Amino acid sequence: MKKVEAIIRKSQFEEVKDALHEADIDFITYWDVTGVGNEKSGSIFRAKVYETRFIQRRVISFVCRDQFVEPAIEAICKSASTGELGDGKIFISEIADSVRIRNGERGPEALYVKD
Amino acid sequence: MKTSKYIISIVSLLFASIVPVFAQGTSEVAPVINSGNTAWIIMASGLVLLMTIPGLALFYGGLVRQKNVLNIFMKCFFAMAIITIQWVIFGYSITFGSTTGLLKPFIGGFDWAFLRNIKLNDVSPYFVSQPHERIPHILFVIYQCMFAVITPALIIGAFAERIKFSGYVLFIVLWATFVYDPVAHWIWSSDGWLYKMGALDFAGGTVVHINAGIASLVVALMIGKRRHYRNAPLPPHNIPFVAIGTGLLWFGWIGFNAGSGLAADGLAANAFLVTHVAAATAALTWAILDWVLNKKPTVVGIATGAVAGLATITQAAGFVGIGGAIVIGIVASVICFYMVGFVKVRFGYDDTLDAFGVHGVGGIIGCLLTGVLATPLIQSNCSGLLSGNVHQMWVQFVMFLVVTVYSIIMTYVLFKIVDKLVGVRVTDKEEAMGLDFALHHESAYTSID
Repeated sequence: MKKVEAIIRKSQFEEVKDALHEADIDFITYWDVTGVGNEKSGSIFRAKVYETRFIQRRVISFVCRDQFVEPAIEAICKSASTGELGDGKIFISEIADSVRIRNGERGPEALYVKD
Repeated sequence: MKTSKYIISIVSLLFASIVPVFAQGTSEVAPVINSGNTAWIIMASGLVLLMTIPGLALFYGGLVRQKNVLNIFMKCFFAMAIITIQWVIFGYSITFGSTTGLLKPFIGGFDWAFLRNIKLNDVSPYFVSQPHERIPHILFVIYQCMFAVITPALIIGAFAERIKFSGYVLFIVLWATFVYDPVAHWIWSSDGWLYKMGALDFAGGTVVHINAGIASLVVALMIGKRRHYRNAPLPPHNIPFVAIGTGLLWFGWIGFNAGSGLAADGLAANAFLVTHVAAATAALTWAILDWVLNKKPTVVGIATGAVAGLATITQAAGFVGIGGAIVIGIVASVICFYMVGFVKVRFGYDDTLDAFGVHGVGGIIGCLLTGVLATPLIQSNCSGLLSGNVHQMWVQFVMFLVVTVYSIIMTYVLFKIVDKLVGVRVTDKEEAMGLDFALHHESAYTSID
């Protein structure tokens, strides 16, 4: 089992979600985040454009069986890419165990996607 | 009969038997209460109330960060409550009452303190276009009360997000007493020295907007910048609030300007028309400037433009036609755009919500442009530079200068006094926490369902 977390542009979210569903990832969670970096973007306020270092992105996260990881990464890379700086990153980590609360199933059996 | 601004009745309300001295052959008929005029001014008073709460509260509240929004609402409600009380206790009396001796042109007396000597069906001593068909005196009191409330409330924009609540309360009461009331007396009372000079201020461009706008600049400089203020706005937390607040201000401004004729007649309709046209022109101008110079038209931009246009037309609403209104709308938007976008950034003062940049500057433009654009087509004895009355320009300039200087000096003195007595600035920790929680122990948006 692996956990896949990707930081993507909010504007690419729909594409990424659809691509992941194509790659048999049926359930994802996501949340909006703000990063502070050196990249600047402009915001207009009362007659003046101000530079701001705050960058808005969306994080998506899901846990899946090992064999789904590579297709999922491929799907995200394809769908989240615009070719510009700031398209985001993907992080993959090991998951020690998982439990389905309803019936106590353990391990990969507890995951949403069955073989 | 001279009818530029409020003119006192020939009948003293205190001593109803005194012989008329003002009649000049127009008519000897005693003025009566007109139900149509009364109905409209009751409505208009309600509209001006709506401007402070919730109009101004939403407009300002949306522009601050979410940890300070309740503090803005609280300040608006508190101003409404406390200035109303100040107004009926002595504010109205020292503003529109009269006294004797040397002080007569500068401040009213206490004859109407606690509104004593004002009876239920007394006719208002003040009128503009309809000398015989007037409104009840008590209605004039409550209508003017709403102006007295919104003026100190405008200053909230200058020291938002960092002023102590006790300091704020003390400051607005002192400011209303020593700045608003005298200035309104000079310009609107029949005893006032600027009124006697022929100064034109239809609905409060000078009394309300220059006065509060200049005070805003002074307090913004005195209280200092917010933490982390680096010539960039700390982001507005709710732009729909700003838009709703602007809508309510625009709506309420109908009562503010079209009510200032104290009658429901052609002058009021014209005031409505020019107010609306100036606001629309200024909003459009700002949006175009944003679009051309910054690539995108913004909501905060169009809202700010509308308010700039409204503040600027206030003074001129009873003296110009739609041509004048369009000129005023364009000039107001261009200059206010430059002031908040470039001048403020250049000098780095933290006029947090642009109370000076929009209301003060708008008021000044309105004051001077009234001297240029006033036309006898609207009120036959009020004309400006373009109608050949050079003198009016001079009178408007004197009014602008005197009110500005007086407001600077008195605001400085009062703010110093308040600082010595209770302090004006919250601690650094309170400011970081946000004033909602630090000062009121409430938070606007809880994270609990």
